[in-house]
Amino acid sequence: MTMKWTRRTALFGAALVAGALSLGAAAKAETVLRMVQNGNLTILDPIWTTAYVTRNHGYLIYDTLFAADANYAIKPQMVDKYEVSADKLTWTFTLRDGLEWHDGKPVTSEDCMASLTRWSKRDPMGQKLFDFVKELKAVDAKTFQMILKEPYGLVLDSIGKPSSNTPFMMPKRIADTDAFKQIDEYVGSGPFIYQTAQSKPGEKHVYLKNPKYKPRNEPPSGLAGGKVVKVDRFEFIEMTDTQTQVNALIVGEIDMIEQPPHDLLPVLEKDKNVALDDWNPLGHVFIIRFNHLVKPFDNPKIRLAALYAINQEDYLKATIGDPKYYKVCGAAFICGTPNGSEAGTNPLLIKSDFAKSKALLKEAGYDGTPIVLMQSTTLPVLTNTAPVTKALLEQGGFKVDMQSMDWQTVVTRRTKKDPPDKGGWNVFHTFAVAVDAMNPISNSFFVAADGKQWFGWPIDPDMEKLRDAYARELDPVKQKGLAEKIQLRALETAQFGWIGQWYGPGARRTSVKGWLKAPVPVFWNIEKTGS
Amino acid sequence: MFAFIARRLIATIPVLLFVAVFVFMLLRLTPGDPAAIIAGDNATSDQVASIRAKLGLDEPLYTQFFIWSGKALSGDFGESFFFKKTVAELISQRIEPTAMLALFTLILAVAIAVPLGVLAAAKQGGWVDRLVMGFSVMGFSVPTFVIGYLLIYLFAIQLGILPVQGYKRISEGFDEFIIRLIMPGVTLAVVYVALISRITRASVIETLGEDYIRTARAKGLPGRTVLLRHALRNAAVPIITVIGIGIALLIGGVVVTESVYNIPGVGRLTVDAVLARDFPVIQVVILMFSFVYVLINLLIDIAYSFFDPRIRY
Repeated sequence: MTMKWTRRTALFGAALVAGALSLGAAAKAETVLRMVQNGNLTILDPIWTTAYVTRNHGYLIYDTLFAADANYAIKPQMVDKYEVSADKLTWTFTLRDGLEWHDGKPVTSEDCMASLTRWSKRDPMGQKLFDFVKELKAVDAKTFQMILKEPYGLVLDSIGKPSSNTPFMMPKRIADTDAFKQIDEYVGSGPFIYQTAQSKPGEKHVYLKNPKYKPRNEPPSGLAGGKVVKVDRFEFIEMTDTQTQVNALIVGEIDMIEQPPHDLLPVLEKDKNVALDDWNPLGHVFIIRFNHLVKPFDNPKIRLAALYAINQEDYLKATIGDPKYYKVCGAAFICGTPNGSEAGTNPLLIKSDFAKSKALLKEAGYDGTPIVLMQSTTLPVLTNTAPVTKALLEQGGFKVDMQSMDWQTVVTRRTKKDPPDKGGWNVFHTFAVAVDAMNPISNSFFVAADGKQWFGWPIDPDMEKLRDAYARELDPVKQKGLAEKIQLRALETAQFGWIGQWYGPGARRTSVKGWLKAPVPVFWNIEKTGS
Repeated sequence: MFAFIARRLIATIPVLLFVAVFVFMLLRLTPGDPAAIIAGDNATSDQVASIRAKLGLDEPLYTQFFIWSGKALSGDFGESFFFKKTVAELISQRIEPTAMLALFTLILAVAIAVPLGVLAAAKQGGWVDRLVMGFSVMGFSVPTFVIGYLLIYLFAIQLGILPVQGYKRISEGFDEFIIRLIMPGVTLAVVYVALISRITRASVIETLGEDYIRTARAKGLPGRTVLLRHALRNAAVPIITVIGIGIALLIGGVVVTESVYNIPGVGRLTVDAVLARDFPVIQVVILMFSFVYVLINLLIDIAYSFFDPRIRY
């Protein structure tokens, strides 16, 4: 059978082609951005957990009253205007017009008050703020007041806290959930809407652009400013194998990786279709944490001996390798930030002084009991920290028993207060996102109040007095002076060690543009063109 | 036969009970506390303790076991510590990719390994035999994840003809479904082919030495008929046995392969659950794998009587 070409068949063919083209155009119209995070998103309640993947999910679907801009200054976000009474006790916040939850209902003062209350029960900075809060009071549907018992210097820093637990705003019916129970409804007022039905935990999480979101008029800056979404759909792809992540990015099956491991960066640097973005210019900081409850680190001289034995450069070379991704920095509150000061450090933490370490050990009467050092072998960035500590402490006169285990075992074992021979520990390493370490209230390693401290359990009333003074201080210049005193006090008692800043760039296809510099990865302002 | 099947099914009960007790105790004695993991890095000891109490992990071990087993007997396998989903729901979402991958691998492996083994036996000592045996040694020796990465490098990155990762359900289109199974299936099949082809070769060689084969040849039957109808059928029992035993190999391989190819199946669920110490999920997944293993061995026992009429139950 042969086909006879007639005007009708030509028109029919043209119609088919036009139809196919319009379908293609329609399909092309939906821009999908696919990203792999540094872990699986299993818990969807950013107040219930401090997991960074959950925080990132939070920034997609929720909004915040205030937010940190690119210079870490706290700027209004959902709030239109705010004022403080002359006695610094009454803070009045007025919400922007037109804020709406994803279910179409308006955002009200009651919603925000309930959200702040739930957050304050889980977050250390929220707890500290609410120690000063007398009451939250709704003035009208869009205005509420925070009335303090006495002036507090970190009201905006707390409400605008950029990292976990971030005070995200939720509808009152959801925010009224017990803070120690996970929420099971994911309705926010943020720039994306979570798609529960399309999301498959362990496979992917799907978010659609919120068409009703009203961005601020200012240009985006860090986490503040206008959150303009430039893609239709965003997907968190769950992919645990880092080599597979890199392969998938190279062939274009995904668009972005939050933070590829350092040993795979050279592979990505060579690919012309991939670019590396230092989206978090502050980076992270490594920490060495002592157990203050058990021998020998219950003795401050022995802790100080350990700090004299170590130096940042050795850790950074062994873990990060390429100097462009690390910085030797003596500031506990991070170099280049308002509180960043290197006072009291060099040579402490910067250059090893083994003679001083040995002298201090002799003075303290160290009996040669081996130090139990927990080595995590499953977090690549931490794996090499413990061997460096072992080598340096041994040169400084310590005996070290390095015990290797997966990170989850470290996380469990570090909660034990028993001596090492009964399942406890003496020292381990971790790291913090730099933005969490920028002041002595959010930086949990400085807490030294009985019952409130982080693992290691230091108790130092003088440190707590200084932290309290910092929290009450309203003048940023005086706050900086207090932060320096806190750093010096931490070094004097050898409370813990900060052992180097490092950076982990994100990777993206070159067709993806507009990844903002911010303390956490954010997905507004990103455009995707081409393949 | 029915009595045999019933007896075997009843015999699985103590096996599963033993597995349940063993896995339960092993998990509780393994270092790692789900409460500490859930609480996150900034949590204090008090917060961890509070979460532990909410999960019931502060109860004595025997109390935890009786609570869990009581619920499990009534079909309630509990809720994942991390996902806000029941374990049954989680597994039901993940079973299809794993079942499809295992089935594809099994078909691929048997389709390749049995002819290779028969060919090697027929050409015993020749270059074909040496080639097959060389492949077999390599298949055993190279770890699954290395094969996976090599295939990805060649077929996905260099040639660009297959996707690096992911899984599509059959309902999303057969082409997309099958194209994503090729590399994981081949990766997983390599070790399986090595095992089955080796056993097939040995079994067929042994059968070829039997008197009835000589008789068949003496009757003037063509070599192919002797090989396929007489030798292979009589060599089937050890081959079927090794296919069954290899299921354990397949289960282990699925865990690695699903991670390398990012397939959201039960294997990856197991890895994630183990790393997070998600006890309810690990317990049920291991019980399920044990049940599958026992069931497949039962099917293999039944298959014996099909290939060897002398075997009757």
